Amino acid sequence: MGEGMSGDIPILSTKGISKSFGGLQALIDVSFEVYRGEVFGIIGPNGSGKTTLINCITGFIKIDSGTVYFKEKNITGWKAHKIAHEGIARTFQIMRPYYSLPAYKNLIIPLWSPRARKIGGWRGGGKHGDRDTVAVDILEEIGFERDSKVPYKIASTLPTGYQKRLELARCIAVRPEIIFCDEVFSGLSMSEIAGMLPLIEKMKSDGITLIMIEHRLRELFRVADRVMALNFGEKIAEGEPFVVIEDKRVKEAYLGTEEV
Amino acid sequence: MEMMRRERIDRGIKVRTEGIYAISSIREVLYLLGPRLILIVGMISLPFILELAPYWKRVVNIMCVYSLIALSFDFLANYVGLVCLGGAFFVGIGGYIAAIFNVYLSFPIYVSIPLATICGAIFCTLMLLPCLPLRGVYFAIVTLMYPLFFTRVIEALNILGGTNGITGLSSFPNQYVEEYTIIIVTLLFLFGMRRFVTQDIGLVLRGVKDNDQAVRASGISIAYMKSLAVFIASVMGCFAGAYIAHLYMWSGISLFALDFSIIPIASVVIGGGGTLVGAIIGSVILVPLSEILRAFGTFRIVIYCIILTLVIVFKSEGLMIYLQRKYHQFERWVKV
Repeated sequence: MGEGMSGDIPILSTKGISKSFGGLQALIDVSFEVYRGEVFGIIGPNGSGKTTLINCITGFIKIDSGTVYFKEKNITGWKAHKIAHEGIARTFQIMRPYYSLPAYKNLIIPLWSPRARKIGGWRGGGKHGDRDTVAVDILEEIGFERDSKVPYKIASTLPTGYQKRLELARCIAVRPEIIFCDEVFSGLSMSEIAGMLPLIEKMKSDGITLIMIEHRLRELFRVADRVMALNFGEKIAEGEPFVVIEDKRVKEAYLGTEEV
Repeated sequence: MEMMRRERIDRGIKVRTEGIYAISSIREVLYLLGPRLILIVGMISLPFILELAPYWKRVVNIMCVYSLIALSFDFLANYVGLVCLGGAFFVGIGGYIAAIFNVYLSFPIYVSIPLATICGAIFCTLMLLPCLPLRGVYFAIVTLMYPLFFTRVIEALNILGGTNGITGLSSFPNQYVEEYTIIIVTLLFLFGMRRFVTQDIGLVLRGVKDNDQAVRASGISIAYMKSLAVFIASVMGCFAGAYIAHLYMWSGISLFALDFSIIPIASVVIGGGGTLVGAIIGSVILVPLSEILRAFGTFRIVIYCIILTLVIVFKSEGLMIYLQRKYHQFERWVKV
C-alpha cells in the first residue's frame, strides 16, 4: 500500500530528528513518513532508539533538532497533551493502568478528555451513565466479555493480556488518528497474540494509522505494510517488511558483523 | 494440625443495598443512611449537648477547623497524589486575607469570609503553581516551606501587624452562628467531596495519581488538573483560616504554625486515608484528646505520640477503613 500512496500527503512526517542524552546520541537525523491508513513498523535491536523516537514525536521528551509534521502542521516542541489532543495516541511499553480503578473506569479518563468530548458529542454535559456505557462498549470491542466480571475488575488484578488490551482501549477512547503501539505483543503468549492481531486489523480498517514498535517480527510482518529499521539511533532501512529484513545492514544489526 | 484462615464475606444486606432496590425496605434504607445520619445528627447536636460547657463548644469549632484541613490533605494526598504539608499555609493565607478585608477594608464578616476563601484559594494556587510538576516528597517539602517563609517575611518586614498580628476582626453575631457556620460548612464539604471524587472529573484526578503519563497521553493537561485539585483543597484550607481568624478576632503569625499542617495529617492517619470521612473522625478523636491531655502540661506531647504510634503499628489502615469492613462484612474461620 505504502509505495502506491507515496504521491499523497503523509499524515505524519519527521525531518532529521536528533536527540542526545548527555554523551549518548539516542537518535541521529531520523526522517520518515507515514501515510493515512498504514500499519508502519519500527524495528531494531535493544537500545536502538525506538521508544525514544516515539517519546520525541509524542512530546514526552524534547527534541534537540528536527521537525515533526502532523497533517502538514508543525507540532515540534508541543506539549504532550496538546499533541494527544490533535489525535496522536500512544501506548506505553511498561503497562501501568490506573490500577486503583476498575477496568471500565480506566476509560472514563480518556473519554473525559477534551478531544473525546469534542468528537464523541459529550460536550455540554453528558450524563454520568453515558460514559460508563461507552467505556464498556469500547472494552467489548477490544475483547473484554461484557457479561463477564472482567470489565468490572480492578485494573491491577487483570492478567497481562487484558492489561495490554486496556492500553489499546485507552488509546481508542480518545478517538485518535494515529496510534503508536510500543511493544504491544511483548510478554504475551502465542494465543494472546493471536487474539490481538484481529484487533490490529480492526483498528486499521477503522481508518486508524498504526505505528508499531515491535520485537516480535513474525507477528509484526503479518500486519505491517512498511517497516523502518533503526540501529544506534540511525535509520538503516525502510520499505516492505520482507525486503527490509533481507537488507544487509539490518541483518548485521540483529546478528552482528563477522570480524575478519 | 488443621490450618484455619479467616474469610471475609459481604453481609447480605450490603449486597442487597447496592442497587436501586435498596429503597424497597426500611431496614435497607436505614442500613445505608444510618452511619451518615449518625454523623450528621451527631455533629449538628454537638452544640446542644455541650450547652453547659462553653469551653468545649470552642473545642468543637477548632475540631471542625482541623477536620476541614484534614479533608483537604486527604483529598490531595489520596486522590490526586500530591502530599501537601501546607495546611498551615492555607490557614495562614485565609486568615490574613480575611483580616485585611475585615479590618483594613472594613468589609462585614459575611463578605470577608467568603471573599477570603476564594481570594486565598486563588493566591495559594498561584503560589503552588511552580511546584506542581514536582512529585512526592519534593512537593511536600516545598509546601512545608511556604508557611515558614511567610512567617519570616511578616516578621522581618513588620508588615500586616508584624509579630502582633492584625487585631480587631469582627466576631460572629452570636454563638450559634459561630458554631453552625463551621459545622454545616464541614458537613457540606465532606459530602460534596465524597460526591466529587466519584464523578468523572474525580476519576481523572485519581488517574493523575495512578499514572500521570497516561493522562497526558489522553490529551488532558495534568498541570491544569493538579492546579484545579490544589484550588479545591485550598478553598477548604482558606475557609478554615478565615473562620479561625474571625473566631479569635485576631490574625497573627501563629496561623502559620506547624500544628495546622501536622495534626490534620495525624487525623487522616488515624481516621483512615482515602475515605474522606476518616479525616473528620480522626479530628473528632485527636482534637478533644489533645484538650484532655492539656492537664498533663508539656507531657501531653509524649502521650499524644504514644497513641499515634500505637495506632500506626496496630491499626495502620485507619479507623474508618476498619469500621467500614466490620459494617459491611463478617468474618468466619474456614479450613485452608
